[in-house]
Amino acid sequence: MAAARLAQQLDALGADAEVTLYGGEPEAPYNRALIADVLTGRHRPADLALPVGAARLRTGSEVVALDTAGRTLALADGDRARYDDLVLATGANPVLPPLRGLFAADGSWRTGLHALRSLADCARLAADAATAHRAVVIGGGVLGVSAARALAALGLPVEIVHQGPHLLERHLDEGAAHAVRQALAGLGVETYPANRARALDGEDRVAGVFLATGHRLDADLVVLACGVRPRTGLAHSAGLPVGRGIQVDDTLACAPGTYAIGDCAEHRGVVHGLAAPAWDQADLLARRLSGADPDARWTGTRTLARLTAGPLEYAAFGVGEAPADADVLCLGDATRGTYRRLVLRGDRLLGGALVGDLATAGTLSRAWLEGRPAGPDPLSLLVAPPAHPARTAR
Amino acid sequence: MTTTDTHCPYCALQCGMRLAPGAAGEPPDITGREEFPVNRGALCGKGQSAAALLAPAARLTEPLVRDASGELRPATWSEALDRTAEAMRRAAEVYGPDAAGVFGGGGLTNEKAYLLGKFARVALGSSAIDYNGRFCMSSAAAASRAAFGLDRGLPFPLADIPHTGCVILVGSNPAETMPPAVRHLRELRENGGTLIVVDPRRTRTAELADLHLQPLPGTDLALALGLLHLVVADGHVDEEFVAARTTGFDAARATAMAHWPERVEALTGVPVPAQREAVRLFTARPTGMVLTARGPEQQSKGTATVGAWIDLCLATGRAGRPYSGYGCLTGQGNGQGGREHGQKADQLPGYRSLEDPADRAAVAAVWGVDPGHLPRSGTSAYELLDRAGRPGGVRTLLVMGSNPVVSAPDAGHVTRRLQALDHLVVCDFVLSETALLADVVLPVAQWAEETGTLTNLEGRVLLRRAALAPPPGVRTDLHVLHALAARLGHPRGFPEDAEEVFAELGRATAGAPADYAGISYDRLTGEPGIHWPCPAPGHPGTPRLFLDRFAHPDGRARFAAPTHRPSAEEPDSAYPTRLTTGRTVHHYQSGAQTRRVAALTAADPGPYVELHPDLADTLGADDGDLLLVTSRRGTATAPARLSKAIRPDTVFMPFHWPGAGRANSLTHAALDPVSRMPEFKVCAVRVEKAPPAGEARP
Repeated sequence: MAAARLAQQLDALGADAEVTLYGGEPEAPYNRALIADVLTGRHRPADLALPVGAARLRTGSEVVALDTAGRTLALADGDRARYDDLVLATGANPVLPPLRGLFAADGSWRTGLHALRSLADCARLAADAATAHRAVVIGGGVLGVSAARALAALGLPVEIVHQGPHLLERHLDEGAAHAVRQALAGLGVETYPANRARALDGEDRVAGVFLATGHRLDADLVVLACGVRPRTGLAHSAGLPVGRGIQVDDTLACAPGTYAIGDCAEHRGVVHGLAAPAWDQADLLARRLSGADPDARWTGTRTLARLTAGPLEYAAFGVGEAPADADVLCLGDATRGTYRRLVLRGDRLLGGALVGDLATAGTLSRAWLEGRPAGPDPLSLLVAPPAHPARTAR
Repeated sequence: MTTTDTHCPYCALQCGMRLAPGAAGEPPDITGREEFPVNRGALCGKGQSAAALLAPAARLTEPLVRDASGELRPATWSEALDRTAEAMRRAAEVYGPDAAGVFGGGGLTNEKAYLLGKFARVALGSSAIDYNGRFCMSSAAAASRAAFGLDRGLPFPLADIPHTGCVILVGSNPAETMPPAVRHLRELRENGGTLIVVDPRRTRTAELADLHLQPLPGTDLALALGLLHLVVADGHVDEEFVAARTTGFDAARATAMAHWPERVEALTGVPVPAQREAVRLFTARPTGMVLTARGPEQQSKGTATVGAWIDLCLATGRAGRPYSGYGCLTGQGNGQGGREHGQKADQLPGYRSLEDPADRAAVAAVWGVDPGHLPRSGTSAYELLDRAGRPGGVRTLLVMGSNPVVSAPDAGHVTRRLQALDHLVVCDFVLSETALLADVVLPVAQWAEETGTLTNLEGRVLLRRAALAPPPGVRTDLHVLHALAARLGHPRGFPEDAEEVFAELGRATAGAPADYAGISYDRLTGEPGIHWPCPAPGHPGTPRLFLDRFAHPDGRARFAAPTHRPSAEEPDSAYPTRLTTGRTVHHYQSGAQTRRVAALTAADPGPYVELHPDLADTLGADDGDLLLVTSRRGTATAPARLSKAIRPDTVFMPFHWPGAGRANSLTHAALDPVSRMPEFKVCAVRVEKAPPAGEARP
């Protein structure tokens, strides 16, 4: 995604450069943020394709080695290519949890076990889901929640096993997570927070999930959603600086003529792992490389977590749990399943969440992203004026 | 005078009005004409009071020339014309023909626009001509041409609006800018249709809407693509229409995928639920329209932005069908006709191209000149002004029907460029701020005093008949062009008689995209206007375009598939707030006319800064406090007007006033790469309480 945006922007800015995109997947670059909607059938897989400007596409051509001194790269099929500038946008891989029974005897994933990161994953999962009876999703983060909702939309009973104290603890406080849990329950998804999956049960095919508590959940379909980790192997082998991600400076460079953007990049110790910063990094690098703004610098960004999974929606930013000296403004409505919360110090926004009622998501997200104060009436960030004046007046 | 049926001097609605003799010593009475379908008798305050400017006291009645002491003094017509002709000749001799230039206006009649273009290309032999319409409709024009192969503001009559299913009004505030048009929106809702208004401000128009989307200024493009995304995702693409009547959908779908709703929410501030509601309303009924105005158009990505809104129409099959389509609500009185007949730097009459050999030959034949002698395309309005008085730029400039000192972007800079000219001549009926800088000011007749045609926002060609004679000392713009051309060695080819010019215009546009060949004054006298194209005297005109085919050679409309990009100047720590500009209900454009009408000035006496109470709170400012607004280009001071109608990250200023409160001192001249439209609608500013008098900053 970051690579497609970069290529599109280089073209839009009239960069005098020949751009080639190499990728191991068979598809042209696509919008990974929409994969759960492919699973539900809302999008056709081919519809996720992203614009890439005038770039040449080399799909199914995984880059397996780099020679950054000689400025050449090697492809899986043995081909080599020269380059002047190299941008690594290798993204991230699913994290494999320490779980017994993940692999079959031949070392491949057990039948019925899935990840949901690529269109190929999605196609396999959809095919399997068509005949499966019960699903368990291991991991209650963004990916886990959206995968669970998508499987539920296909008519499967779904259970989420989540190790953290509550769902989405990286983004949400306990109250917000509870609202999400209730909403999921309404869609046919049960959630077991503070539970660790210990092992998979079954012979050839997955038959269940053993929890650390000793309980066993019946399941012939299991989705691993335990987070992602930057794909840094290629960079590491090439001797580029790698911490959690590929370490870049404020020019997004990790070595002369070598850059990294998106989920694989680590900047000032931060790996964003979200689509919006990846897009912004791509735009900035395009301005640098095209000459439109050769001095542009990346100094980090605020981020906002946003999930839309059918009827389940939330927005969250900043801290989840409130520091002791902070003020908390909270509106919960169990009947309507909504939960809205702001964490403030003085009139400075520290964090916030909207679950179920996103009417102020735009105002709130702009205020957060631009670092504006909450203003004298912070409640206005949680409660929108009626959106349809004329209709109510009718 | 006798009672005369005519049309309003102001906006592009060209409301039908009737002028009757007033009481003794009073200006003529004005009433709206019921039978004219655009306004059906309604007039706004500007139209009702338009006759005030006919009084000799309100206007110029003798030519002025700048004397040796630097003061403007009265002069005879022949002295004034001689001086200008001599300056034009001298500029061409010393610097080449392009050093004498022309700057026209979107309020000029078709005849004037046509003759002005001919004057530049034939009498001056200069490529240096453009006009203030570049600042109005150029982005919509470029996007329409790219999408449909033809640019006509509305491809349907305004009276179709009440019969569509849903109207999305983008960056348009007709409740203030063209009030008589609002009845069509009210009727739309009475008929069960819905209205969506997209505007950073909760305007009077937004208050009428079923749904108001309030995006950050400069993000209308992203919003359109977010809606297109939802159209694709929710299965609202009209596959049959897309396959049969369009090209380029795959690219549009790809760009829509790159702008998913949550991303668009972060860019625009429009919540995803509101985006979904907009798509639901727009697709709930089989017909729909998207109408844009200056909001999305006056941006450095205006062409792309309009293209994205057109894509929304094309993807849903809401174009080229009855009661559906995209339209631009043109602003100036002859914004439509003014852009068709050769005032534009790259165009010849009828939308012919200066770069197309066949077009050049066709017009050259009508003009009786060698096609090789026609200049090539010139530079756009802002570029023309920016280069004025510099090497390669104009040295002598004729301004007709425009007041760029108030209306141009980065107006302080433009003022300095105009001051650097060797010779500036301004034709106007009031002493505008631009006229105050001129070496020669020529007092010309106004709407009720001269005959001519205008083409309103529907592409409807209308005849305005002279109702009374201008005061002594006043002549017409056509006379000025005739007299200057004669002094420059072209005694023929520049008729003073409007009907004669119109007949020539008809010949020059025959077979062209904007074909007027079948329209005559006789026909216009008997009909409530004729929609072009009208290629033959027996042709009924074309109220609705594109019903069978779009105007590209293959008959198909083309998707634009643009992508979001930031505004040319995004806020930062030094200039943390966005400024957007616009109009108020009681004034028109640079205000040169309306500021001279007592009733209008009493209702709306001066500039102001509209800001959200939250922003005012951080500034410690109260309603009415004088605010200092600073951009990288200049400053403006005006009183605060607190309103929750505006986003807390944005301030609004109306642009009708000169001097300290001049909004365009702040605006940014970043140009759209295609249309060369400046970015009037968004720039970065710092807002502070103005220091008390006596402590003004240097």
